[in-house]
Amino acid sequence: MWRKIIDGTVENEFLYYFFRSTSALVSSSLCLIILLSALFAPLISASNPYDLTTFDLLDSLTPPFWEEKGSSRFLLGTDDQGRDLLSSILYGTRLSLAIGVTSIVFAVVIGVSLGLMAGYFGGRFDAVVMRIADVQLSLPAILTALLIDGIARGLLPASEHDRLMFFVLVVAIGLSLWVNFARTARASTFVERNKEYVQAAEIMGLPKWRILLTHILPNIMSPLLVIMTIDLAIAILLEATLSFLGVGVPANQPSLGTLIRIGTEYIFSGEWWIVIFPSLMLIILIISVNMVGDFLRDVLNPKLK
Amino acid sequence: MPVLEIKNLDVKFSTRFGDHEAVKNFSCSLDAGQIHGLVGESGAGKSTIGSAILGILPENAQITSGSIQLNGREISKLDNRAYHRLRGGEISMILQDPQTSLNPLLTIENHLVETILQHQNLSEEQALEQAIGYLQQVGIPEPEQRIKQYPHQFSGGMRQRVVIALAICSRPSLIIADEPTTALDVAIQKQILSLIRNLAREQEVAVLLITHDMGVIAEITNTISILHNGHNVEDGETPDVLGRPQKNYTRNLISAVPRIDRRLDRFSGLLEEPVNGSAAEISHTQTKEVARTWLLENRSASAGAKPQSLEISDLSVVFSSRPSLFEKKLEFQALNRVNLTVRAGETLGLVGESGSGKSTVAKTIVGIHQAKSGNMTFKSRNVDILRKRKRDDPTRRSVQMIFQDPYSSLNNRWKIYDIIAEPLRFYNLLDGGTPEDKIVSAMIELVGLTTESLYKYPHQFSGGQRQRIAIARALVARPEFLICDEPTSALDVTVQAIILNLIKDIQDQFNLSILFISHDLPVIRQMADDIAVMKAGEIVEYGPSEPFFTQPQHAYSQGLLADIPSLDLLGPPGGIAEDRP
Repeated sequence: MWRKIIDGTVENEFLYYFFRSTSALVSSSLCLIILLSALFAPLISASNPYDLTTFDLLDSLTPPFWEEKGSSRFLLGTDDQGRDLLSSILYGTRLSLAIGVTSIVFAVVIGVSLGLMAGYFGGRFDAVVMRIADVQLSLPAILTALLIDGIARGLLPASEHDRLMFFVLVVAIGLSLWVNFARTARASTFVERNKEYVQAAEIMGLPKWRILLTHILPNIMSPLLVIMTIDLAIAILLEATLSFLGVGVPANQPSLGTLIRIGTEYIFSGEWWIVIFPSLMLIILIISVNMVGDFLRDVLNPKLK
Repeated sequence: MPVLEIKNLDVKFSTRFGDHEAVKNFSCSLDAGQIHGLVGESGAGKSTIGSAILGILPENAQITSGSIQLNGREISKLDNRAYHRLRGGEISMILQDPQTSLNPLLTIENHLVETILQHQNLSEEQALEQAIGYLQQVGIPEPEQRIKQYPHQFSGGMRQRVVIALAICSRPSLIIADEPTTALDVAIQKQILSLIRNLAREQEVAVLLITHDMGVIAEITNTISILHNGHNVEDGETPDVLGRPQKNYTRNLISAVPRIDRRLDRFSGLLEEPVNGSAAEISHTQTKEVARTWLLENRSASAGAKPQSLEISDLSVVFSSRPSLFEKKLEFQALNRVNLTVRAGETLGLVGESGSGKSTVAKTIVGIHQAKSGNMTFKSRNVDILRKRKRDDPTRRSVQMIFQDPYSSLNNRWKIYDIIAEPLRFYNLLDGGTPEDKIVSAMIELVGLTTESLYKYPHQFSGGQRQRIAIARALVARPEFLICDEPTSALDVTVQAIILNLIKDIQDQFNLSILFISHDLPVIRQMADDIAVMKAGEIVEYGPSEPFFTQPQHAYSQGLLADIPSLDLLGPPGGIAEDRP
């Protein structure tokens, strides 16, 4: 029934495959719900976990509402400080997503511009950029992020730490992910460069930057889009790992990783909810972003059809 | 009993936009030792028939009715296993590109022995002996040694011979050859064709030859079917169909074939390519006027003797590359002391096989490559070709190029309007006069498309229509000199004729000088006033076109002309074609 309706009405090829794919529909609606609830967290959450005056230590370690000692004030219970866990998760997701998206944008800007130039100009520039990329690839992403994080902590005055931690994380994660974008952009540019529309633009005498930005870039967007979604999941995970290790965002502004770290301390004393719910949120987020990425890869790559 | 008999075959593709009938009510029959040609343009359904016989139709296609009989046995309803035994056994196949149809990791011996053992109960020694015999049959010298070699050690023509040996080694009763010579040079094409013809006769094999090339068809087939949109338009004995075509479509197809033996002013009797929508007649004359003033104003009318438009002398181009930082530079001499002159309003045809340096000449003229030595003058002004061309150099605008592959020469992410308007914007050609959209619409109508097409994307157009758009883009810059680099080699023959007509018309109207590059001599003959033949970076023969085709001087040119398949079988081109005196 559903299929029949789509067959008849959807002209656009991308939307057609999108509406026909159950996994794409489910995962992208999950992504959308998470994104919206993160965006509007201040409006929908019961309390503000960043505001010390709104929570009470007496409420600490309240279990979820369906448990015996649970309270309907705290749907998913509270943590060791008495913060409402649901609100913390919403705010934490908001922070994790913000860091993830910003660091992907950062990585895309660096990676795609280097990749475009390396693919188009080739020669020495290409060789140097790609060797740097090789070195970068041989280091695990988490190591790069830890390194940059550590350097930044050493350089910045201690009073600025909390305020600047967001940007340190973005740079750290961004720098460990740019290689993928650079390589993909370079390989696709290599193919496009030899096509005749690029030659036509060269013969006209168009400036190089204009050929790169207006002619080549729009034609290599499909593979980049796929990597962007898949790397978004990796970036969120990296942020969670860093925060879990205690080198991420400060504890008074918990991200998902920070919440999970706090929760692990209580996991054996019976307060399971503090670790389970933030982890569940992270898992759902990562899986649905990855599924959207998989769908994009399948549709945008004609060879896999 | 015929080897292959197809009766009322219907093949249907189901897509999400509905069903598409790729083959409609097709019948033919083929006896042993005969060659039957399936001719048609892209999308005519000829490859679908080939796949249907082999049982390798894509998943969304099915035979809806009709029968395919091989030696009297119905095969269209066989299951996969039974078909598997048939393929490579009773039916075998010669594919288009010998570069990719052989496994580069296996020796020729592996290929042949494997196939022979698959279909016959022999020992390996016997199979090897047979394999060597087959190689001998297809004309490979020293087969005992060469059978140990890998595909990359063979030339393109030799490789195609190996593919043919593979096709006959299972003693098939039917061979399907899908464009077997399209990827080969003309000289080799001739040898391969005569090999196929001889084998068919000696081995009593029926051959179904699928091709778009009328020359190949005329050369070796006994009977043909002409296909159009899945319909069998006309069939019968080859000389009858080609010499006295009964149907309009066939006549149209035949008139579109460029002839090596005569020059026409235009291809006539063509059915026009269907254009989306119809241009309103009133606006048409108006826009023609806009196009005319756009292209002709600010240009000194060349009266009297034809001045030289472009002259290059002693042009040498050397490519150097350095495989790595630590190795010596490699140099390759792409062009060696080339001299050429194109007169205003005339066409110089540049001919040569792939790799002879034709495109390098074009790319040096437009400034993509820099020359090592030599001079170029354009409209009696010296152009520096040794250094990178400046962005504001006047030749950037007045020399424009039309490319070979219309599928890659337009940016797929841009609307047609922007593609055509880009030169206007970039060269700042609009100084308050005619508004941009007027000029863009005038240009698209000049090349025979409607203004509605301006708001579509390139993928919505066919190859011929895309090439029209490319021509419009070249014209909008107000060029005086056009370089056409194989502008029709990616197109079907009837579309080719239309595009060639269009280029001729535009040249006549706007007095353009053209450098026309092609490997296709019959096409060059229709287009060129002068002709230059290139081989390995040098010009071996250069002079007026007509004497060249009647009395070529250089041995290389004579060879080139002799290898062109004869089209004597074909009827006269067009109903009212007038030959040039």
